[in-house]
Amino acid sequence: MLTLKNIKFATQEQGNKIILQDINFTFEKGKNYVITGANGCGKSTLAKVIMGIYPAASGQIILNGRDISKLDTTARARLGIAFAFQQPVRFKGLTARDMISTAYNSRFIGTENDTPKNRLTTSQACEYLSLVGLCAREYLDRELDNTLSGGELKRIEIASVLARNCELNIFDEPEAGIDIWSFSSLVNIFKRTIDKNRTNIIISHQEKLINSADVVILIADGRIVLSGAPNEVMPAIRDFKSCEKLKIN
Amino acid sequence: MTKIDSELFAQIADLHDVPAGAYNIRKNGQLVGRQNSDGIVIESKADKAGINIHIKDGTVNKSVHIPVIVTETGLNDLVYNDFFIGENCDVLIVAGCGVHNAGDEKSGHDGIHTFHVGKNSKVRYVEKHLGIGKTKSQKILNPTTVIHLGENASLTMETTQLGGVTHSIRTTKADLEKGATLEIKESILTERDDFAETDFDVALNGANSKAHVISRSVAKGNSKQVFNSKIDGNNICFGHVECDAIIMDKAQVSSTPALQNTHPDASLTHEAAIGKIAGEQIIKLLTLGLTQPEAEEQIIKGFLK
Repeated sequence: MLTLKNIKFATQEQGNKIILQDINFTFEKGKNYVITGANGCGKSTLAKVIMGIYPAASGQIILNGRDISKLDTTARARLGIAFAFQQPVRFKGLTARDMISTAYNSRFIGTENDTPKNRLTTSQACEYLSLVGLCAREYLDRELDNTLSGGELKRIEIASVLARNCELNIFDEPEAGIDIWSFSSLVNIFKRTIDKNRTNIIISHQEKLINSADVVILIADGRIVLSGAPNEVMPAIRDFKSCEKLKIN
Repeated sequence: MTKIDSELFAQIADLHDVPAGAYNIRKNGQLVGRQNSDGIVIESKADKAGINIHIKDGTVNKSVHIPVIVTETGLNDLVYNDFFIGENCDVLIVAGCGVHNAGDEKSGHDGIHTFHVGKNSKVRYVEKHLGIGKTKSQKILNPTTVIHLGENASLTMETTQLGGVTHSIRTTKADLEKGATLEIKESILTERDDFAETDFDVALNGANSKAHVISRSVAKGNSKQVFNSKIDGNNICFGHVECDAIIMDKAQVSSTPALQNTHPDASLTHEAAIGKIAGEQIIKLLTLGLTQPEAEEQIIKGFLK
């Protein structure tokens, strides 16, 4: 479904320091992928390159046979890529309902189904909030501002990605800010969102999420160093020497 | 009523028909409709343009609409409206002014509203301002609001400048007695070469009185906005001012909050933020499939909501 060919990314802010290089990988439909690795190894950068937030210096990104390397974020989103940020953005004035409805209604942009009767209903918005463990009555009309905790905002972020109903969902450290009880249900949500036409890419350090993956991808110093089933990759992650070498925490 | 009149009334007072309850509708300096209701009496002033609105003690779940429109070029409508709200009332007051100027002369409206709110009464006051017509014509609105809040009274004022007003100076003065609460929510949109100035002056005189002023504004084009607020804490009280502004293009915003206490237990705070739309907010909405202009529009719409 998604193929990365020779992706390279360098940041101008640090004197063209190379963050990602020689990234070659194919993500298949209907699978749950977890990308893991040490802090600063390039995991989030790779996710943002796929979403078009950061431009790749070179290489190709192929989505369902189409080269999307030159497309901007909006176009990639409309082709069916959804993205949950590690640190969700706060908005004064926009509510959880606004965010979820924008996410939900975006699936109709440019189609003949973009009609009022197809737009998100209040009960649907409530369902998405309930899915991430939030009481809809309490949160639906809350502004996404400083009055929400990081964890609350994170759940609304995840709800908005689920509302998009995309073929490819990217979650950047979805566990960050989520309490341990909610985290377990989050893992179940990710499992439930997978079907034969849907793929998840999750950036995570969490063993539980890593173990829930179909495929784990280990990144170190901007390169994919290992990929495979959790039981194949976990020993390398757990291995002390590997940890030292790869700076896994 | 012309199509333009209907558009103005709909935008400034959500009126699509004759309002239920009491009303006083004014067009081009003339009264075009008035109705009293149970507990609410509206009468013309004898000495100058304007009305007195008397709301009897204990009047609850009632509304008063007093919208004004100006559609003649060259007309400046000055009006004095005084509200005498008794004790233990709970009322909604909808004002607002729309100016349509298709000519070259200045048109405008200066509405001077004074509220005397009795003990334990609760008032929600909504006013919207709008200018339409020829882009370059002057549409001037200078609303002045004076609020006297009696013991344990509360007033929530929602004041919105929807756009198209080329020049405005909005002045709000309030004094609060014991236990009174004032909440002001202001939203202002300026574009092109518009100028908007806001001056709030609130005196917290009574023990445990509270004031919360929230101003959100968007300045586009070459427009300029000035926000001045002053809260005096003259007793044990709480006052807070928030001013947030989004600037776009070459617009300028100046914010000057002033807090002053004459009582040691006055708690007064302010916060102000002026800046462009945060890049990360735009990016978030791009990831939902919006284009950059759509993302900006959504952020502004939400911000001024």
